[in-house]
Amino acid sequence: MRVRFWGTRGSLPVALTSDAVKRKVMGALLKAIGKPLATVEQVEAFVAQELAAPQTYGGNSSCVQIDIGGDDYLLCDMGSGARVFANHVMTKGPKKSNTFHVVMSHMHWDHIMGFPFFVPAYIPGNTIIIYGCHEVLESAFRRQHAAPSFPVEFAQLPARIEFVRLETGVTYDIAGVEVRAMRQRHGGDSYGYRFEHQGKAAVYSTDSEHKLEDSAETDEFVEFFQDADLVIFDAMYSLADATTVKEDWGHSSNVVGVELCQRARVKHFCMFHHDPFADDDQLTAVLRDTRRFEEITRGEHPPLEISTAYDGMDLVL
Amino acid sequence: MKLPSKRFADAVVVAPAGRIDQSNADAFKDALAPHLERCAPGEDRVVLDLTRLEYISSAGLRILMLAAKQCKTQGGTLVLAGLQPLVKEIFEISRFTMVFDITSSLREALARASSSALTAFETA
Repeated sequence: MRVRFWGTRGSLPVALTSDAVKRKVMGALLKAIGKPLATVEQVEAFVAQELAAPQTYGGNSSCVQIDIGGDDYLLCDMGSGARVFANHVMTKGPKKSNTFHVVMSHMHWDHIMGFPFFVPAYIPGNTIIIYGCHEVLESAFRRQHAAPSFPVEFAQLPARIEFVRLETGVTYDIAGVEVRAMRQRHGGDSYGYRFEHQGKAAVYSTDSEHKLEDSAETDEFVEFFQDADLVIFDAMYSLADATTVKEDWGHSSNVVGVELCQRARVKHFCMFHHDPFADDDQLTAVLRDTRRFEEITRGEHPPLEISTAYDGMDLVL
Repeated sequence: MKLPSKRFADAVVVAPAGRIDQSNADAFKDALAPHLERCAPGEDRVVLDLTRLEYISSAGLRILMLAAKQCKTQGGTLVLAGLQPLVKEIFEISRFTMVFDITSSLREALARASSSALTAFETA
């Protein structure tokens, strides 16, 4: 199973400013002082060694691909990252038709905003099947295409588009992957999904607040995450913010994510849905802190790999 | 949960020990409640001496956060003291250092609580 991140930002897409790019270039040039950089090969070696970590976390709102190498595509959410995914598919060259399966966490704008710019929807012969647990699954997609929000009505889209309602507690076969949903605490509810294929398991759990006083709910999440190879987790805020000024905003923290994954014996904890107010330096600091938190609280738990998702990240489980 | 406490004039020092996590967070909350009820002007100032606290999880931090909220609502004074290096790191990583009034020693915490509490501590 391969997991590819096309959009990782929460709430609203963000872009690097010119000043931020200049600071990054400045940092790279300072690292390069005294290094041999006379040839393309030397520069490539320098970049591979000194700039190996992601240089920015990006940009686009939620869209993650679960790839098991089949003919169909399987995506989580239709944030602005779906546009980049679609462009990637288009570069593969002409094909008679494609089928895209999209599993929706919820219908908030940052999770559907990529669909009007999802090129496969404009190509006859393509099939797009959108799955979700919300009653408003279909109406939310139709509404954002309606005037005055967008110039192309949903009914005009040439691709065949279907909507399939899912239920929690049921295991579905979607594009050859076993999929199970779990209701999460978020405004209007959201749903996390567990994907399993050939002994590998990945959980997509974004836009989910965890109430620390509800131990039964905590236990349910531990069961849902149990022994997963990867948990993609809404770590938008610090624990202090998530339990004080941003309580009931529907998001969680790095600390709670680590604790849940430790209890569930997860292998890889991936922080996702980054606060649009957090810049690259802040996200890098949070990653460093989170790895340290895991280290000092590990106890008898197995070591937990920790990463921060970035646009373009590609994980093989 | 056994929660040792000691009075210094108008300040009460409460000293949890060991680990506070999901398994005992509610018991910690219950044990702390009587002290928090009196955390108000004209009554007690409360100092949490964390010198013997070895570990605190998010569930435990939530109890402390609720304690801080309650004391603030009542107009009282709550000060934390003596965080061990590991506990201090947990506070820093979770950004709870921005929520609490934290001092490095019990003496400093009592000085923050009131001059009479500090005098009682130094003459004890």
